[in-house]
Amino acid sequence: MNRARNIVSLFTALVALFCVAMAQPAAAAQKNLILATTTSTQDSGLLDVLIPLFEKESGYFVKTIAVGSGQAMTMGKKGEADVLLVHSPDAEKKFMAEAAGSSRRLVMHNDFIVVGPTSDPARIKGTKSSAEVFKKIAQAGTLFLSRGDNSGTHAKEKGLWKVAGIGPDGQKWYQQTGLGMGQTLNVAAEKKGYTLTDRATYLALRKTLGLEILAEGDPQLLNIYHVIEVNPAKWPKVNTAGAKAFADFMVSKKTQEVIAKFGVDKYGSPLFFPDAGKKPESLGL
Amino acid sequence: MELILDGFVQAWHLLVSLDREVLSVVLLSLKVSGLATLISLVIGTLGGTAVALTDFPGKRLIVSVVNTSMGLPPVVVGLFVTIMLWRNGPLSAWDILYTPTAMVIAQTIIATPIVMGISIAAIQNLPANLRLQILALGASRSQMVWLLVKEARLPLLAGIMAGFGGVISEVGASIMVGGNIKGYTRVLTTATVMETSRGNFDTAIALGIILLALCFAVNYLLTVVQQRERPR
Amino acid sequence: MTVRKPILELRDFRVERGGTEVLRIPSFSLNENETVALIGPNGTGKSTFLLSLACLLKPADGELLFRGETVRMGSGATDFRRKLAMVFQDPLLFDATVFDNVAAGLKIRRLPATVIRERVTSCMERFRIAHLADRSARKLSGGEAQRTSLARAFATRPEVILLDEPFVALDPPTRQTLTDDLEQILRESGTAAIMTTHDQVEALRLADRLVVMHQGSIVQTGTPSTVMGQPANEFVATFVGMENVFTGTVAEAGNGLLALKVADRTMELPGDGAPGERVVLCIHPEHVVVTPTSPDRTSARNVFSGSVTKIVSLGLFNKVYMDCGFTLVATVTNQSLSQLALTPGCQVYASFKATAVHLFRKG
Repeated sequence: MNRARNIVSLFTALVALFCVAMAQPAAAAQKNLILATTTSTQDSGLLDVLIPLFEKESGYFVKTIAVGSGQAMTMGKKGEADVLLVHSPDAEKKFMAEAAGSSRRLVMHNDFIVVGPTSDPARIKGTKSSAEVFKKIAQAGTLFLSRGDNSGTHAKEKGLWKVAGIGPDGQKWYQQTGLGMGQTLNVAAEKKGYTLTDRATYLALRKTLGLEILAEGDPQLLNIYHVIEVNPAKWPKVNTAGAKAFADFMVSKKTQEVIAKFGVDKYGSPLFFPDAGKKPESLGL
Repeated sequence: MELILDGFVQAWHLLVSLDREVLSVVLLSLKVSGLATLISLVIGTLGGTAVALTDFPGKRLIVSVVNTSMGLPPVVVGLFVTIMLWRNGPLSAWDILYTPTAMVIAQTIIATPIVMGISIAAIQNLPANLRLQILALGASRSQMVWLLVKEARLPLLAGIMAGFGGVISEVGASIMVGGNIKGYTRVLTTATVMETSRGNFDTAIALGIILLALCFAVNYLLTVVQQRERPR
Repeated sequence: MTVRKPILELRDFRVERGGTEVLRIPSFSLNENETVALIGPNGTGKSTFLLSLACLLKPADGELLFRGETVRMGSGATDFRRKLAMVFQDPLLFDATVFDNVAAGLKIRRLPATVIRERVTSCMERFRIAHLADRSARKLSGGEAQRTSLARAFATRPEVILLDEPFVALDPPTRQTLTDDLEQILRESGTAAIMTTHDQVEALRLADRLVVMHQGSIVQTGTPSTVMGQPANEFVATFVGMENVFTGTVAEAGNGLLALKVADRTMELPGDGAPGERVVLCIHPEHVVVTPTSPDRTSARNVFSGSVTKIVSLGLFNKVYMDCGFTLVATVTNQSLSQLALTPGCQVYASFKATAVHLFRKG
């Protein structure tokens, strides 16, 4: 029975130890800021550079929740996030129209590209218009992988099908992965299919994929990021000051310079292009 | 195959170099899952023993519910806990969504039925007359419960192992209620998912290997205790 | 016999399970220094009886008294149980060493370690398991395990010990030596004991008093010789091993003598009755004598001629079945069997004393 008592006291000591250990990070609670963003910003590693800069500068503790643009905006609508960094312009406009956000500012863009196997069975290489590219894929009936997760990328892709006048849903050559961008690219590489991706994720993954850029450059393919402050009028619990501080930080000159340089050392070209202060029209929207 | 070998090499490097980020991820995994297991151990063993030893109407229903809950999908638990903890949810006052505490809660919900189900089975598997024998030896009720738990300690340890293994390898709930926040709620499983999604397969594999090694180490420790507990 | 004080008593005690009555004991007492054997077929409530005495069952009705004072369920029951000990059919040892098992009851009582060590050591010696002290209870033979269980019970120095078929799972030689040891320890310690068994030999060896149970009730209580020699009814008679049980009809009655018709034969017995009355007769096989020629006919003997139908060897003795118009069983030693040259089919005479017959009115 002595041994049993020892075990009990050991467990008690452990519980106490854990409680002490867990108690530490909770101290900074009132300075918490919830940023809901797309997986692409996290997966590219950009936020790993920007967030520490912001935290150091402002003293806020940022809880970055990386989800699809759709879910990020739902979190904003429900007041479960303070600030959004998203790239789904049409949905964003609707979001603002519903007064779910109090301010929306252009931050940066990267672009979407169509990637596929080097053999290019649908012969889309060199085709400029994205509508034309999608028509060719549909005509050839070659496998196309869609995120199918209501992310910004997925929304963009659905828009492109619409412009091309094609309803891909239910087609044999059209498959939805329900996964993030990186994983969808992996599936496309594995199955030798086409997919629409943002350049940043593609560049980050290029070495392991064996997929080639087959269509790029169409203004339709731009992937534009806005920072949106969630409207505190609707959700009083929203950290307004923090959201504003973060949005200001994202469009500041210093941050824009960091964005412009990000990825150059690793991939040879930047992953994002800073756009703060520009008019959306200048990007062909 | 090459990727897996690279993963081993990198796992070794990450561990040997005591990479601060990896270390914090490993420690958080251990803290969160360890604490969740301890809490579920207390609730599960006490609750399981109570259910096993008392007769009450609806006992079968409770046991069935517990047994079904042994396989609770972590994402479902994660979703439920997230909704409860939302700023506009019923438990918003706690203000703990996207914190390690929320992860402990979710993992406790996952592990408790496992520990409890195994406790119920372990206590019920003891000879039916053992209870009477212990009482006949002059034991008070609390002494009897303690002796029974002690007698079932080997399956109970197996229950702890199952519970810990279940939560430390769980990703769905951790990512939903923790948010995979760097340096704060990032644990081995969520980091593995993220690194996979980033295409950093070698790092992902390295993290996976560390996770496996951790599970192995903890289970080995418990197994040693379990085997030593057996007298000659 | 000196008058003994009762130590455990049941009064108007009834136990129900799922709405049906499984035990009804209007009155029972176990006295100081006494060993009682509870016998009866399986499922007749013997174990329920013992659990009731240990206050381990909630009765539907009635009370349990310890040295004249009522024992209540609940926390008082724990203090009461610390004055007794119980051994089950299954040794029910803890997954620990033999020493720790024997010490279990003492640890529960929170006795000082030195007292525990001393008592456990002496108790293990008494039950001849001292050499097993450090062995795991999971690695004991059946006999060793039950010795450990008994030592655990006696280590607490109980005032009463309850034994529920303690030897039933053991092989005959182990059972024999363990019964010997238990008998000696019970005699030495003077602990009041009550044990259930369906082994009559065991019951006769150990018990001062037999209690026969049937369908949840006590049907007869008495010394072993009373119960074996004068069973209270047909059930007890059959149960205690009277294999010769017949039904008959009173043909004539008078002067304290009865003439009974059994099949087409007539028996004469002392007793009263009315002609036409139906009765049951029981005779122990030991009391039936087999002879090759007709013995001298006396008034004390009933003699029937018949033929041997079957001989069953039981080792030292044999059971000889005879057809005398009804089937009669006799116990015959090996020696007699060869002297009488008994074989199936041979003609014999079977006789018994009129006083060897037990008679019950058929209700």
